[in-house]
Amino acid sequence: MHMCTIVPISLTVGANRIVPTIAIPHPLGDPSLSMEEEKDIRRKLLSRALKALQTEVSEQTVFED
Amino acid sequence: MLKVVHYINQFFANIGGEEMAHVPAEIREGIVGPGLAFKQAFGDEAEIVATVVCGDSYFNENMEKAKKDIIEMVKKYNPDIFIAGPAFNAGRYGVACGTIAQAVKDELKIPVLTGMYEENPGADMFKNSIYIVSTKNSAAGMRKAVKTMAPLALKLAKEEKIGSSAEEGYMPNGKRVNFYEKDRGSKRAVKMLLNKLNGKPFTTEFPMPDFDRVPPNPPVKDITKATIALVTSGGIVPKGNPDHIESSSASKYGKYDIDGVMDLTEETFQTAHGGYDPVYANEDPDRVLPVDIMREFEKEGKIGKLYRYFYATVGNGTAVKNAKAFAEKYAKELKADGVDAVILTST
Repeated sequence: MHMCTIVPISLTVGANRIVPTIAIPHPLGDPSLSMEEEKDIRRKLLSRALKALQTEVSEQTVFED
Repeated sequence: MLKVVHYINQFFANIGGEEMAHVPAEIREGIVGPGLAFKQAFGDEAEIVATVVCGDSYFNENMEKAKKDIIEMVKKYNPDIFIAGPAFNAGRYGVACGTIAQAVKDELKIPVLTGMYEENPGADMFKNSIYIVSTKNSAAGMRKAVKTMAPLALKLAKEEKIGSSAEEGYMPNGKRVNFYEKDRGSKRAVKMLLNKLNGKPFTTEFPMPDFDRVPPNPPVKDITKATIALVTSGGIVPKGNPDHIESSSASKYGKYDIDGVMDLTEETFQTAHGGYDPVYANEDPDRVLPVDIMREFEKEGKIGKLYRYFYATVGNGTAVKNAKAFAEKYAKELKADGVDAVILTST
């Protein structure tokens, strides 16, 4: 599965399970937050990635939540 | 008058279909089958002096011998150009056309031309080294194919300057030539946009590469027992970039052991990527390759385990061909090591 910020690119190259992320230079973090808050975001996004991996899909799917 | 030798398969020579695909190469004087259409298109500028006929299976199963025999046959006629096909979407025929045209060009040093459908496997194999005219996917496109191939063949035979792929109708061969457009860029862009808005045809000046599609894999059955690997195009590498992965147009990837690594830090890892502001990734590489939280998940039993290695390259102007080759290689290793799923992060 693909975690990336620019979802249209992911769709163009053909990823089937996509989780949108925060920003190009820090997809799984946010330097404007505290370390603990950043880790929370990372946890949330990776939990979504695990959910995506456990979900049956028949076509390209973006996991927004 | 220019002399042409033409190559066709058993089907176009009217010998037979699949059941006759085993016939070895033979040469016949003059025109056979689709040569007639070429003759009409050439008028009195060129003449097909001989036609090589070879079964598709024979050629592909006896490639070295077929190549050698056919080159001897062609040599005798000392032609100004060698034309193969067109092969349309017939796979073995396309590969045969490309292979023999390439061999004639290399060994006899005469110009060659073939034609086929863009998805014919022969197209990808040879379009960068010989001229291949793009045709329809069936013989119904013969007239159109000959209309493009014949004038290009004459130009090649006369050693005239060959225009761009868009002008001449051959498949783009990766060669770039600088030239001046009549209209400036803004004018061309607006014209393209107007055509697009009006539903009229337009041709992009910056075509995207063709990306393939794969059917989605089935879901992971039990994620709490699964081995999950991290892969990134965000350029995360051990500090110092030991494999010297290029900051753009990467020609390689790295495989790095993270056994016992609980957290990626500024002291131990960095990004090699030259296409985004590296400050945040260098400060905390987990922002790109989330090893810290994956370790947490592992400890809590949310996943079986984090795979011992991660793979990384720099996705910055990296050729699709390179990227594909990297993935083919490490996907095999991941599979062999029993990895159940991959999380690929991109910047």
